[in-house]
Amino acid sequence: MRKKSPRLIAEGSDWTIEAIAKYDAEIGRVAKAYGLDTYRHQLEIITAEQMMDAYAAIGMPVYYHHWSFGKHFLETENRYKRGHMGLAYEIVINSDPCIAYLMEENTLTMQALVIAHAAYGHNSFFKGNHLFKQWTSADAIVDYLVFARNYIAECEERHGQDAVEELIDACHALSNVGVDRYKRSPPLSLAREKERQRERETYLQSQINDLWRTLPKHQADPAAARERRFPEEPEENLLYFIEKHAPLLEPWQREIVRIVRKIGQYFYPQRQTQVMNEGWATFWHYTLLHTLYDEGKVSDGFMMEFLHSHTNVVYQPPYNSNWYSGINPYALGFAMWRDIRRICEAPTDEDRHWFPEIAGSDWRETFTFAMHNFKDESFVAQYLSPRLMREFRFFAIRDDDYKPRLEVDAIHDEPGYRELRRKLAEQYNLGSADPNIQVWDVDLQGDRSLTLRYFSHQRRPLAASQEAVLDHVARLWGFAVRLEQPTPTGEWQVIAERKYERRKIG
Amino acid sequence: MTVRIIDRRLDSRNKSSINRSRFIHRFKGQIRKAVADAIAHRGIRDLQNGEKIGIPGKDISEPQFRIGRGGVRDVVHPGNDRFHRGDEVERPLGGGAGQGKGKASPDGEGMDEFVFTLTRDEFLDIFFDELALPNLVKRQLARIDDYKRVRAGYTQSGVPTNINLVRTMRGAAGRRIAVGGPYAARLRELQAELDEALKETPGDPQEIERLQREIACLRARQEAIPFVDPFDLRYSNRIRIPQPSTQAVMFCLMDVSGSMDEAKKQMAKRFFMLLYLFLNRNYEHIEVVFIRHHTLAEEVDEDTFFHARETGGTIVSTALQLMRDIIAERYATSAWNIYGAQASDGDNWNDDSPLCRELLADAILPKVQYFAYIEISDSEPQNLWREYEELAASHAGHFAMQRIAAASDIYPVFRELFRRRLA
Repeated sequence: MRKKSPRLIAEGSDWTIEAIAKYDAEIGRVAKAYGLDTYRHQLEIITAEQMMDAYAAIGMPVYYHHWSFGKHFLETENRYKRGHMGLAYEIVINSDPCIAYLMEENTLTMQALVIAHAAYGHNSFFKGNHLFKQWTSADAIVDYLVFARNYIAECEERHGQDAVEELIDACHALSNVGVDRYKRSPPLSLAREKERQRERETYLQSQINDLWRTLPKHQADPAAARERRFPEEPEENLLYFIEKHAPLLEPWQREIVRIVRKIGQYFYPQRQTQVMNEGWATFWHYTLLHTLYDEGKVSDGFMMEFLHSHTNVVYQPPYNSNWYSGINPYALGFAMWRDIRRICEAPTDEDRHWFPEIAGSDWRETFTFAMHNFKDESFVAQYLSPRLMREFRFFAIRDDDYKPRLEVDAIHDEPGYRELRRKLAEQYNLGSADPNIQVWDVDLQGDRSLTLRYFSHQRRPLAASQEAVLDHVARLWGFAVRLEQPTPTGEWQVIAERKYERRKIG
Repeated sequence: MTVRIIDRRLDSRNKSSINRSRFIHRFKGQIRKAVADAIAHRGIRDLQNGEKIGIPGKDISEPQFRIGRGGVRDVVHPGNDRFHRGDEVERPLGGGAGQGKGKASPDGEGMDEFVFTLTRDEFLDIFFDELALPNLVKRQLARIDDYKRVRAGYTQSGVPTNINLVRTMRGAAGRRIAVGGPYAARLRELQAELDEALKETPGDPQEIERLQREIACLRARQEAIPFVDPFDLRYSNRIRIPQPSTQAVMFCLMDVSGSMDEAKKQMAKRFFMLLYLFLNRNYEHIEVVFIRHHTLAEEVDEDTFFHARETGGTIVSTALQLMRDIIAERYATSAWNIYGAQASDGDNWNDDSPLCRELLADAILPKVQYFAYIEISDSEPQNLWREYEELAASHAGHFAMQRIAAASDIYPVFRELFRRRLA
């Protein structure tokens, strides 16, 4: 005889809207009990095809049109159809209300997992983490994307699709060196954005003209002229510099540069908090669903299915496995959050020594603090414990091209912990993953050429793609562009140059 | 508070279709080349499917400033099973140490061929583009729906615009009569009784009142019968029926003598494909007969037709004779629409060409809907061409011929054929 527990939220593996709503309510109740602070959210049920559409638009519900998104779509479609990849179970959008997509093919268990993971895990991270708070305006992003798409469509009508496409190509090429790393970006709003866009157009144009108005005075003391450098401080945000200062861009072109820059900026925190964010969401789906199980609200079958996919997600293959492709952010993040909880609840002597400030503290408070105030780099530097390094059996390899062989620098042992942790943290520093390229000088008195400098780190050169990117920079700038890099002796040497004379007709 | 759940499954699909078509537009050159390769490997009947296309990854890369290989690089890996601090290891082949960098991997990667699938429409679009087909023809060929809407009586359900008033009102009148009939009969009886009762001098007021009440009651009932009831509504019915379609047979004749090289055969293949596509639009069932010839003609399968190589001289009339025989044997003109397409490089025995003309004029052209001849050659036309030119004059609209240097020259051969269909 089987007696079904009346307390189960729902039965079976097929989902219904009602069952999803029930699960959401239960998960929400548990999340609240744990004190998760989230935006409102809405769940949207979509097909696999729509999921691929969403992939191509980086998950955003609206996006401007560009061939590169078509390329990504074809790529995804092709791999999916051939069975090379499964689609992600979920996409969640950092907006207010936070939108989580549920794919129709998923079973009820998977939908519950996605709700816990995305609608509560990621959602609370978006709301709490300082990077997201500072850099993104969750309440306005969708409006801004609508504005962007309409504006770009309008430009295509007015100026031709090819002209717009070429411009967006160039902007995309610079998008990874087109973010502010240290300044706060102002919040976005559709209405204000539209209104201000016109003002900006006229104002900016007048500024630019001003920059070039005075003819060069050859009689002037060359030394004095040299002193007034432009820009006065080097600028690391190339797109920003081009938007504000490229002499020949039309107002609409500046606006498009700005749009690409703004959207790139919006995604920047996501790139900086992958381990933390995914780990956090994974930790919470694990914790929330386990709590439901302890309360008897979900069945054993549910838990088996859930644990099966959970385990797949957090699997970390070792370095010599065929499946190895770097450290799995889900695995590391999940392990770290669990480890922090362990340190809070059951610290060992080692933990007390390494983490005196959190060992034995209230884990919820510690979690909130850590989630609010860190990014991947600092999170690893602060919280990666020796125990976890042993569990993952981490080791650091130094690849120096002056030496014939690779060198093992540090392994998971007492003398190696600190170095290992420092190196792993450095690995998540986007500042060292993206090349450090800065606008160094504009030859205001002469040929208006733009000089960029590449500040190399540990002798790492720029990849060959710089040639193609420089073409794009030259197209945007409208005059000659140079790229410099230091020689081993410390002198600056031009490694690439583009002559580009574009005169306006008339 | 319950959560908002929105079912988006029925929302517009293909959000990416614009981006997709932009991608195809942008790389049209490369894609066209890939499509040409694909056509070479396809059967001529196989135009209903999309195609997997590969274009060089280098052309479509999206460059960004990246850090390249070289310099000093520290990478942390998991799963240590043998290393100690200070160990030295050989560099893995293929520069694997940078493996952990994931996306930031230098340019060496991403250069593979970018493979994706064109839909049928996209594939045909590019195929047509090369053939320089007029738009109207393109649309006609690519269209899939093949139905005609015709009237088919009346139904009881439908949309308000299709209500048929005459039928509806006729039905309503009939219903009113049918439903109200018993009342009317009874009413007449009662009225007669009432008249009778009123005539009697010592009237029976109770009886009169009863009759009057009953009459009033029946009148009320009669009036309660609705003038038009939903039950009466009739809608004009239209159904989709497939357009009359029949069967056709298409003869592909090709010279396979030594002078027909691979490029010429590919050109001929496009010619056959276009005819097939046209027939496919207009006929339910199509058979294709492949006849190849040098000094002898034989019926072969498609693969042999396009790929086997032969050498030797050329006697065109053998192929025409074989076609004539096959028609007589298997394809009665009463049941089949017959189309012929012949491709050659123009070589023929001089003595044979008049025979070809006679064969065509007497035995073949009277039986076929259309016969098209292409000569893939850039040298001076020879006697076969001149003989055929006479036919073109006398059989205009039936017979078309064209000398071809590029694929875009093929369409004019069929111009007459398509024009007739479109008219």
